[in-house]
Amino acid sequence: MSMKCDHCDRDATVHEVTMRNGVRIEKHLCDECAAQRGVTAQPNAPINELLKQFMTQGITPGIQVVPQSRQSACPSCKLTFAEFKQAGLLGCPDCYRAFEGQLMPLLERAQEGGQEHVGKRPRRMAISGGQAPVAPAPAAAPAIDRDRMLAAMRKALETAVAQEKYELAAKIRDQIRGVEEGRTPVTSAHPPPAKGAGPA
Amino acid sequence: MSDEAKQPGDSAPQFDRGAEWLRAEGESTDVVFSSRVRLARNLAGMRFAIKATRGDRQQTLDACREVILRADFGARVMWADLHSMAPLDRSLLVERHLISKPHSKGRGTNPAEDPRAVAISVPDERLAIMVNEEDHLRIQCVRSGLALSQAWRDADMVDDQVEAGLDYAFSPRLGYLTACPTNVGTGLRMGVMLHLPGLRLTGEIEKVKRAADGMSLVVRGFYGEGSEAVGDLFQISNQTTLGRSEAEVLRMLELEIIPKVVEYERVSRRELLAKRRIGLEDQVWRAWGEVTNARLLTTDEAMRALSLVRLGVVTGLIRPADVAGQVEEGGAPKKALDAQMVNSLLLFVQPAHLQRVVGRDINQEQRRIARAAFLRERLTGLALDR
Repeated sequence: MSMKCDHCDRDATVHEVTMRNGVRIEKHLCDECAAQRGVTAQPNAPINELLKQFMTQGITPGIQVVPQSRQSACPSCKLTFAEFKQAGLLGCPDCYRAFEGQLMPLLERAQEGGQEHVGKRPRRMAISGGQAPVAPAPAAAPAIDRDRMLAAMRKALETAVAQEKYELAAKIRDQIRGVEEGRTPVTSAHPPPAKGAGPA
Repeated sequence: MSDEAKQPGDSAPQFDRGAEWLRAEGESTDVVFSSRVRLARNLAGMRFAIKATRGDRQQTLDACREVILRADFGARVMWADLHSMAPLDRSLLVERHLISKPHSKGRGTNPAEDPRAVAISVPDERLAIMVNEEDHLRIQCVRSGLALSQAWRDADMVDDQVEAGLDYAFSPRLGYLTACPTNVGTGLRMGVMLHLPGLRLTGEIEKVKRAADGMSLVVRGFYGEGSEAVGDLFQISNQTTLGRSEAEVLRMLELEIIPKVVEYERVSRRELLAKRRIGLEDQVWRAWGEVTNARLLTTDEAMRALSLVRLGVVTGLIRPADVAGQVEEGGAPKKALDAQMVNSLLLFVQPAHLQRVVGRDINQEQRRIARAAFLRERLTGLALDR
């Protein structure tokens, strides 16, 4: 699949990838737009010449020029990373593994630092995309925090039951279960649900 | 197979009553319209929308259909193939927040015939499962008022039931794998639809938006992404899905953030009543004048006016007794004016619903006339009380 130039409707022939502060920036230009912007790429030129060219044009070093033919594609659905960047959508579950290296920095940014799944898991687990070993149950917080939090939550549960606030009690019970099963991470920033459960 | 037992004879959905999110029942309904939980799920080994062939899409649809119609969600489920549904009926579903606009339109080179569907629990419409939207499955559970725990429990149960018959694409490290990486992890979007006229009138709404932004929440308009907050209706939901459990998101929204926004709106309303009462009364009653007298109304005009009428009703500036009476000769009084009635009008002034009321396709100009006539008809001859 041919890509369109970032600035006009012609097919892109020059593909530039820059790393800046760990963020991957891609440019896809046609010959004309590339020339206008002083970006040129001769696929056969030796790499040091290319680098020199970029340096003299005042472009930050650290540039790789990736010819289209060498762009990696997902082995399962043949989506290229460039296609993903255009549509913002992946082609299949295996894309997560195929583009792991490129996706992770983007994911971390989009997910505000989140890197690992915490929460519900399917009972019948069809593993795909993640060759990584099963993540251990979130044990980020020391056990003592966890125990203290559980104790506080159980107390809140008792209070809720005593006050006949059963909706709230059910909610707390589910949360306790979540912590016990390791589905809910324990962080000191989130105290147990105290709203309405404390002494009246 | 119990397909037929669960499918109504008519492929066109019958919507005579209000949707769940308009019911004005439950907690904090002076401010909160509804609570919504959405789970994005995909089938293992199946390509996502942009790489799927028509055959793939059909296969996904068939697999999901079988499991969904066999499952026991504790409600009657209607299955609707969108590719064989009339455009007006699809628009009705969009207006009722049961499917998204892209799902109504379809994908690929021949969007109209793109195999896609929605399963809806009837008649409550609390559950809607979109099949072959951006993800293979989008499970949505809605409850009236502030009831996120309940909506989450519903969605969790439906998810378990669906999962019992299908293999989900899941990675231990990244969680549920979704077409867009912004949903990967829990695949969860949890949020509420709020009516915030007080914050808009006091100009505080921008502060709420900024605060929400700082807490990785999204504030969107009535029809979701990119839509304007017409009628002072805002949706607030979580933004991130990786690294935070469902329980954590639920706790943050239901116990911390939403109650604060609700209180903030109530304070704004109280302040308006205390300090700018005559100004507020004027706006509310002008809006009443507009919906009961105008001869031409666009959707936005109607929604803006109805928003102020709703504010008037929930703050007691418009009491049923103020607007009751005026029954036409021979006509029986309708029910008394209340928040639920206004909610339902907000839905019925939408283009597809209005055309459903009129009973035929009409153009935009005719709709403006019909909309004004519809509101006049509904809002005159009201009862004194229920």
